[in-house]
Amino acid sequence: MCENCASSPSGKIFSEKDNSEVSKLIEKYRSKKGFLIPLLQDIQSVFGYVPQEACGMVARELDIYPSEIYGILTFYSQFYMEPRGKHIIRVCQGTACHVMGGREILEFLSDELGIEDGESTDDGMFFLERVACLGCCGMAPVVMIDEDFHGRCSIGNLRKLVEEYRSKD
Amino acid sequence: MSENKKNRILICSGTSGVSAGCGKVRSRFEEELRNRGIESDWEIVSVGDRGLFRDVLVDIMDSRGRVSYEYVSPEDVSGIAESHLVGGGLFNERLAGDDYKNFFEKQTRIVLSNCGEIDPDKIDEYIERQGYAALKKALDSSPEEVIEEIKDSGLRGRGGAGFLAGLKWEFTRNASGSEKYVVCNADEGDPGAFMDRSILEGDPHSVIEGMAIAGYAAGAGEGFIYCRAEYPLAIKKLKKAISLAEKEGFLGDNILSSGFSFRLNIKEGAGAFVCGEETALLASIEGRRGMPVPRPPFPAVEGLWGKPTLINNVETLANVRHIILNGAKWFSSMGSGDSKGTKVFALAGKVKNTGLVEVPMGTTLRDLIFGPGGGMAERKSEFKGVQIGGPSGGCLPEDLLDTSIDYESLNATGAIMGSGGMIVMDTGSCMVDIAKFFLDFTVAESCGKCVPCRVGLKRMQEVVELITYGKGTDSHIDFLRDMGNTIKNTALCGLGNTAPSPVLTTLRYFDDEYRAHIDRRSCPSLVCIDLLNFEVNEELCKKCGKCLPVCPSDAISWRKKEFARIDKDKCIKCRACIVECPFKAIE
Ligand SMILES: Cc1cc2nc3c(=O)[nH]c(=O)nc-3n(C[C@H](O)[C@H](O)[C@H](O)COP(=O)(O)O)c2cc1C
Ligand code: SF4
Ligand code: SF4
Ligand code: SF4
Ligand code: FES
Ligand code: FES
Repeated sequence: MCENCASSPSGKIFSEKDNSEVSKLIEKYRSKKGFLIPLLQDIQSVFGYVPQEACGMVARELDIYPSEIYGILTFYSQFYMEPRGKHIIRVCQGTACHVMGGREILEFLSDELGIEDGESTDDGMFFLERVACLGCCGMAPVVMIDEDFHGRCSIGNLRKLVEEYRSKD
Repeated sequence: MSENKKNRILICSGTSGVSAGCGKVRSRFEEELRNRGIESDWEIVSVGDRGLFRDVLVDIMDSRGRVSYEYVSPEDVSGIAESHLVGGGLFNERLAGDDYKNFFEKQTRIVLSNCGEIDPDKIDEYIERQGYAALKKALDSSPEEVIEEIKDSGLRGRGGAGFLAGLKWEFTRNASGSEKYVVCNADEGDPGAFMDRSILEGDPHSVIEGMAIAGYAAGAGEGFIYCRAEYPLAIKKLKKAISLAEKEGFLGDNILSSGFSFRLNIKEGAGAFVCGEETALLASIEGRRGMPVPRPPFPAVEGLWGKPTLINNVETLANVRHIILNGAKWFSSMGSGDSKGTKVFALAGKVKNTGLVEVPMGTTLRDLIFGPGGGMAERKSEFKGVQIGGPSGGCLPEDLLDTSIDYESLNATGAIMGSGGMIVMDTGSCMVDIAKFFLDFTVAESCGKCVPCRVGLKRMQEVVELITYGKGTDSHIDFLRDMGNTIKNTALCGLGNTAPSPVLTTLRYFDDEYRAHIDRRSCPSLVCIDLLNFEVNEELCKKCGKCLPVCPSDAISWRKKEFARIDKDKCIKCRACIVECPFKAIE
């Protein structure tokens, strides 16, 4: 087994409770057709990411090669294999937002937070992610922080916003 | 008030409404009604997005008729309540203006007819508007008759390729095997498109009804809706709608006592553009990596779990009930040549009215952009091009604006109908940059299975990048053409086949921009930052000072009657001043 799928803990200790959560989900999907992606999605909605330990359990219990699970986790961009920062910042890089200056917004946030697309800040505050079209192109460029949309973004107002989040917690 | 039907307050609450704060607007209305003791006279309805991004849109319907308000914020609600709901007048500040009227009056709304009009969570409202009447009618006919009707209508797939829907239904019906499936492609991967999402959020039953009819015609007992995970609201509305349809007996066993049974499931995508491709989509439903496989066999013969499978796009399916109810003749009377009916476009970019626009096929691009679209967003901006079809499509210049919107005419330009993304660009957009933008997207989304797409696109991306850095050469242009055409002809799936189009069309129609980057090392649209100096040209600067407040890093100094100056040590090259300067003085 390569270390990606090995069942070594990824920082957080995997508790009995975590174990039983995963077991429950595995049972829910055991005999279903095409279960693997929805199962991993459910695991992710419990933990916020798909822990290695959970992959190990799925592989053992359902008799799947760990490489197949790893293949799915890395193929689809919606899966995360590490815990993400507390606040999720999604920067729209759809066509309309691009035309209205979305790239500069992403570059600014990346500089300001010192992280690239798909990374979390060291203090665990922010996770930065680029997404394609958030569906409100009329307000381009758009940034979504957690559940809140921020339209017609400029670097000036984003700087303030990030500050607000930092001082709030 | 004495009418038994309550007066209605419609609040636009799709994703676009949510982003603009429709929840607060709704709760403010509830509060106002309560405080004024008029709750029993009014019904507040959260409708799907009506499709014009002037959120929050609020429509008030009472005995006086219907009045539309736009850009309503929570602070406006008490004013509306005061003057309109109790005062019997109007709240003039937020009355929808001419642009609003223009936007809707110049459309032909068929697929979108319910969007923004009904509460998608209430099946009764759908039924009142002839909902599920088409399913009843279809079940009273034979599957063959239904297929004939769809074939006669000339309905073609709205997901991109434009294959005749009725023919696909027939192939699936005639394929051998008793177990068959219907799949609705709701992956909507084009990063500038949101029509399918709005239909699912605003009128989910129209898609469900279309699928049930398709299932009956094709002989399928089970269906899947494959929806992007990025559309949580659409998934929520669909789930609710499916459970309501089951309760009312429009889904499930022995539908309307016809003997036909049909079950519907939702599958959430997991973030991969290539999963919009039909064979990749099926692999993803089966729980595998979404990698395309060569066709034939076509899904109609060998699809989900090896069984015959009919795959149609959301908008294709949403058209079905209208065809069954009004007849093939009615449908085919709209449109032109071999393109019948209407098409919904997601119009965005530098255009005045952004949103969803539905027009008959055969309308010209100009009539769409300058009709419902209202023309350019700002008076100072000048039309440069329109991008259609997203990463698989192309950019068309001003002199092709009279191209008719139909499959054949668009194909002839090198663009495609695509799923319906349409982005208008002005002189502030650089076409080389746009080509690079789409290549970045397709390179990132290539599944990596075949060499032309995995390696070839990457090489194209590197070369376009060099051009934007000012390191382009003449041979690069030839390379891009050759490589583009090679990939087009040799890639395994549609992603690779069409990915060179944004480059090939910009080379064809905006050759001068590539030349400027290569010959003069300059970006005429002032976009490619490696070709910009971030200096104020004093010959052009009119000393207006507009650039000063937009600079986020205090790099600009300006005083009345003086030229602006940029401190390069402080400048972070964000381009905010360039966009702001009315005189293009910063270069
Ligand atoms: C890379 C790629 C992405 C696609 N994305 C979508 C999509 O998001 N939605 C869609 O309906 N069709 C998409 N298609 C087209 C589908 O493969 C298929 O042709 C379509 O779903 C068939 O339905 P229709 O005949 O009703 O259009 C895509 C094709 C390719 C090659
Ligand atoms: S063309 Fe691209 S996306 Fe399609 S199969 Fe080949 S590598 Fe994959
Ligand atoms: S590019 Fe941005 S940082 Fe530089 S001067 Fe202009 S506004 Fe300021
Ligand atoms: S906005 Fe343009 S014209 Fe006005 S002061 Fe700045 S550089 Fe000069
Ligand atoms: S076990 Fe993880 S790749 Fe082989
Ligand atoms: S492109 Fe950003 S919201 Fe659509």
